[in-house]
Amino acid sequence: MEFPYLSSLIFVPIFGMVVVMFLPKENHKAIRWTATIISLIPMLVSFWLTWDYFVNFSGSAAMAYQEGPYSWIPSLNVQYLLGVDGISVPMLFLTGLLSTLSLLASFGITNRVKEYFAFFLLLEAGMMGVFVSLDFFLFYVFWEIMLVPMYFLIGVWGGPRKEYAAIKFFLYTLFGSIFMLVSILILYFTSEPHTLNMLTLIETCPTLSHSLQMVCFIFFFISFAIKVPVWPFHTWLPDAHVEAPTAVSVILAGVLLKMGTYAMLRVSWPMFPDALRTLSFWIAILGVIAIIYGALVSMAQKDLKKLVAYSSVSHMGYCMLALAAFSSVTAIAGCMFQMVSHGLITGALFLLVGVLYDRAHTREIAAFGGIGAKLPVYSGIMIFFSMAALGLPGMSGFVSEFMIFVGAFGALSKVLVGISVLGVVLGAAYMLRMVQRIFLGEFDKAKWGGLTEINFREIVTVAPLMVLTVAIGVYPAPLSNLMRATLENLVTLMAR
Amino acid sequence: MTEHSYLIALLPLLSFLIIVFFLRWKEMLSAVFSIMIILASWVMSIIVLIETLARHGEPYEAYYKFIDLGSFVPEIGILIDPLAAVMLLVVTTVGASVEIYSVGYMHGDPRFSRFFAYLSLFLFSMLGLVLANNFFMIFIFWELVGLTSYLLIGFWFEKVSAADACKKAFITTRIGDLGFLVGLFLIAVYAGTFNYGGVFDQISAGVIPAGIVTLIAIFVFCGAVGKSAQFPLHVWLPDAMEGPTPVSALIHAATMVAAGVYLVARAMTVFVGSAEASLVVAIIGLITSFMAASIALVQNDIKRVLAYSTVSQLGYMMMALGLYGYDSAMGLHSPGFYAGTFHLMTHAFFKGLLFLAAGSIIHAIRTNNIQEMGGLFSKLKLTAPAFIIASLSIAGIFPLSGFWSKDEIVATASHHPVFLVFTLLIAFMTAFYMFRLCFLTFFGEPRDKEKYEHAHESPKSMTYPLVFLAFLAIFAGWVGLPWLQNGFASFVYHGEPYHPHANWWLMIISTIMAVSGIGLAYLMYYKKSISADRVAEKFKPLYTLLYNKYYFDELYDAVLIRPVMAFGRLMWRFDAVVIDGLVNGTAWATVFWADMKQWFDKWIVDGAVNGSGWIVRQSGNIGRFLQTGRVQSYTFFALLLVVLVSLFKLEVGPQEREVGWPVLTILLAVGIIFLAILSRTIGRQPAGQETKQEEHV
Repeated sequence: MEFPYLSSLIFVPIFGMVVVMFLPKENHKAIRWTATIISLIPMLVSFWLTWDYFVNFSGSAAMAYQEGPYSWIPSLNVQYLLGVDGISVPMLFLTGLLSTLSLLASFGITNRVKEYFAFFLLLEAGMMGVFVSLDFFLFYVFWEIMLVPMYFLIGVWGGPRKEYAAIKFFLYTLFGSIFMLVSILILYFTSEPHTLNMLTLIETCPTLSHSLQMVCFIFFFISFAIKVPVWPFHTWLPDAHVEAPTAVSVILAGVLLKMGTYAMLRVSWPMFPDALRTLSFWIAILGVIAIIYGALVSMAQKDLKKLVAYSSVSHMGYCMLALAAFSSVTAIAGCMFQMVSHGLITGALFLLVGVLYDRAHTREIAAFGGIGAKLPVYSGIMIFFSMAALGLPGMSGFVSEFMIFVGAFGALSKVLVGISVLGVVLGAAYMLRMVQRIFLGEFDKAKWGGLTEINFREIVTVAPLMVLTVAIGVYPAPLSNLMRATLENLVTLMAR
Repeated sequence: MTEHSYLIALLPLLSFLIIVFFLRWKEMLSAVFSIMIILASWVMSIIVLIETLARHGEPYEAYYKFIDLGSFVPEIGILIDPLAAVMLLVVTTVGASVEIYSVGYMHGDPRFSRFFAYLSLFLFSMLGLVLANNFFMIFIFWELVGLTSYLLIGFWFEKVSAADACKKAFITTRIGDLGFLVGLFLIAVYAGTFNYGGVFDQISAGVIPAGIVTLIAIFVFCGAVGKSAQFPLHVWLPDAMEGPTPVSALIHAATMVAAGVYLVARAMTVFVGSAEASLVVAIIGLITSFMAASIALVQNDIKRVLAYSTVSQLGYMMMALGLYGYDSAMGLHSPGFYAGTFHLMTHAFFKGLLFLAAGSIIHAIRTNNIQEMGGLFSKLKLTAPAFIIASLSIAGIFPLSGFWSKDEIVATASHHPVFLVFTLLIAFMTAFYMFRLCFLTFFGEPRDKEKYEHAHESPKSMTYPLVFLAFLAIFAGWVGLPWLQNGFASFVYHGEPYHPHANWWLMIISTIMAVSGIGLAYLMYYKKSISADRVAEKFKPLYTLLYNKYYFDELYDAVLIRPVMAFGRLMWRFDAVVIDGLVNGTAWATVFWADMKQWFDKWIVDGAVNGSGWIVRQSGNIGRFLQTGRVQSYTFFALLLVVLVSLFKLEVGPQEREVGWPVLTILLAVGIIFLAILSRTIGRQPAGQETKQEEHV
């Protein structure tokens, strides 16, 4: 038997959590380093998987590294079934990388250190699990498991309104999960023999009646849309992002949001092509609203972190627009690129906001000005990522946005795409306004004279993200080749 | 060399990276290194140009696939044809001059190294733009050029005006890029490729519907309108003068702003495919040119006058290209393409020179305001002649560069009366405002004595580039002399090679316009036989309008910027109140529902349980009362029962109705007795006992 790479992605963090729990409570240093070093293992495994998948498996759409199906709960025909393809591999890569970087960025946590790092590792296990599960039961379990550490991470280590934000996040997501559960049960009882195997269901579901497809599709959509979040289900996001500690915001923006779009591509899109065709126009509308609306609201923000949070709404809107253009490989590839790219860029922006907040103890944009003169390196990095976020060519955001637009332009209403292009200018407007008000202009020496430059550890946390942002922007071909076969297969499935 | 011409662009990128990562703290080394690099690029550009000439303009193309998704295959590649080869040389020439000049100009600046890093990054972007072999790649570098322009305009970012200006420049040009993007989408969908050759072939073959070609042309032109600061997106360029002067010379006069013209020239086949779009280009060009020239007449900031002059000249080129497209679409021959690209080249040299010379003046006298200058000719022995040579060139005086290229633009317009009249008028205005600058700056009495006393000629690193560019401002135009058999026109052309011929009448007329413009400036600002103030007073409303640049900034602020910002704030309120209100409202409703349930539980459900207990207990009380243990009571009830039964018996029968009320009376009587006894019994019970029982229940 081959080494169970995918299971190791899930169980190494869980093992790490157990180890951390046995460490002495006062030894913060040991806890931090143990957690970080253990998280290196799934990170390296995910890197290796990406490489190996690219070399050996990217030519076909079949599942790679499949584990199982092992019977788990025989009476319900629940199986332990893991596997990855071209849409999950990039997500695993992102999860592995961002988890380690976030742990590294969490060294400033001093309150209940042990619990924090234990929860974080549990969170990583849950995220990995979602991206590798091919059985609905398993998928649902991981989807829900993640809520628990997230709830506590926001609720205990968060900002002033942490309880409100944590409960809102938890209940909102749970509310969505109920719809998913109902849908899963419908699929279970309509399949013959009863199964929860996603691969089988993808084959059989399109034969369901149109009305049943619609019900299941909409239920899944509500559940996933809350996670993305799609307008108008997005209001948990600014609260959760702003109140969460820096590293948790990074994970939230970098990985959790992508689970929504990932699940759409994995589950509801290929399973219910009839319903997708009926509703794609409305999904596109929701995407366009999110793009423009998110950008406009970002522009009005006074809090730096909230600005970045709302920019996520806008950027995930691009993903929805791409998903609505399901007949175009270019658009779907653009969606995947956007998921990766947004994870890198917004992850980095949250890290950088955290760096500034740690020093200035405020995130009020108006409180700053001319910081560029005092912190040249920090400002350079921040401006770099602002440019990346507004879609500057040479960086990953441009590639993804361009692919989405080109794909959607051919597959959807041209006027609709024409409107959504406005998001590009609005994006530039809110990012540059922020850059100007924080970094340019006169420097208030009396107020900010004591600010210190970004330190080595903090640079280490953002440097890999910078490298990847540029690498994907300059040479995206490897990533697109990695996903191509899978995406072409997906598009055929969705065109059934 | 041609096959390695990508190095021309990549070397400056290398220079940028090395300065940023290794040479940041070594100022002189950064400067020397980046100058060496740009000189290497310059030499390579010369070789490439020679090789292209040797190939008789045969294009060279090489590329790799940027993304390969089957249907969507954008490329990254290079295309060396005569237009690109000439443009490479122009960019590297001005780039090298500016970098050398900057050593003196930026001396002592705390971010000296960074300046050279940014300049190198700009040159990389600009050269990449020139080298691009497809629309996708030109867009990438198009945006990168925008980024470096942003960084360089905001180089002195502590100045609030510079910080405002760089943001304005980026966003304004990005509005144009929006159109460019849509044009790209149309190209992708209808042509299926971004490659210049591939797109042009399909347009020439008529595969793409004519209406779509027009749309593509107009949307692509939107990009050019932004970058080349054409009406109505010209507002950013004058503000961009907040950047250091070498930046204004390189980016905002000679190269980046020329990129829009370059794009239109590149995509000429698209414009030739659509007469309507070409006419739009020509009209926008003319409006821009006239409007900017008229604003330049009254401005007092030397750099802003030059900025408006740049806008005006770019409009000139646009107009020539647009007219070429229009004429070609109509099947006519036109020198427009040659005129536009030729003027692009000569303008780069003399406008670069004008800015560098203006920088030298500012460096000397520490002000931008020409009203505080005067009499500087004797102090600036090299700068002043250079500036005047460039002014003569831009005014179109024989035999300087500008004369030859401007003459071709006039020739292009000569078939279109309206365009011709305005073209000549603009030529007149150009000569006037340039010499207004010259006379106010270099001649007459110094108006600010103190500043004049401290004025001094700039260091050699600044003046030598001036001399070099002055040389080009005089002679560069000679490659396009109408008598040359193998001149510029037979090298850079679109479609068929154009053979220029000298049109003496036009040459004479345009020279008259230029000379009279200079003459008027001489009379007003040197001889002072016509008072400038009196003229301004006489045309007060017009003067105010021009002085305030037609109020474009105020208009955009009121119509666009404020409403968008306000709309953003409104959306935020909407988000917090309506959408989040719905979420929180749902939560509140759930809690309220739970409270209601609790109330219902406590009072209705529990109430029913407790209530039934109470009823049982009360009936028990009644039962207990009946069990008195007295024979009289039992007898009484037995009797009562007999009476009642017999009464009910009576009911049966035909007289049922009449019996009704006595029965009721008896029942009432019995009830009263019953209640009377009941109340007595309850009243007799001790209070404590009852409470205990209640608790028990």
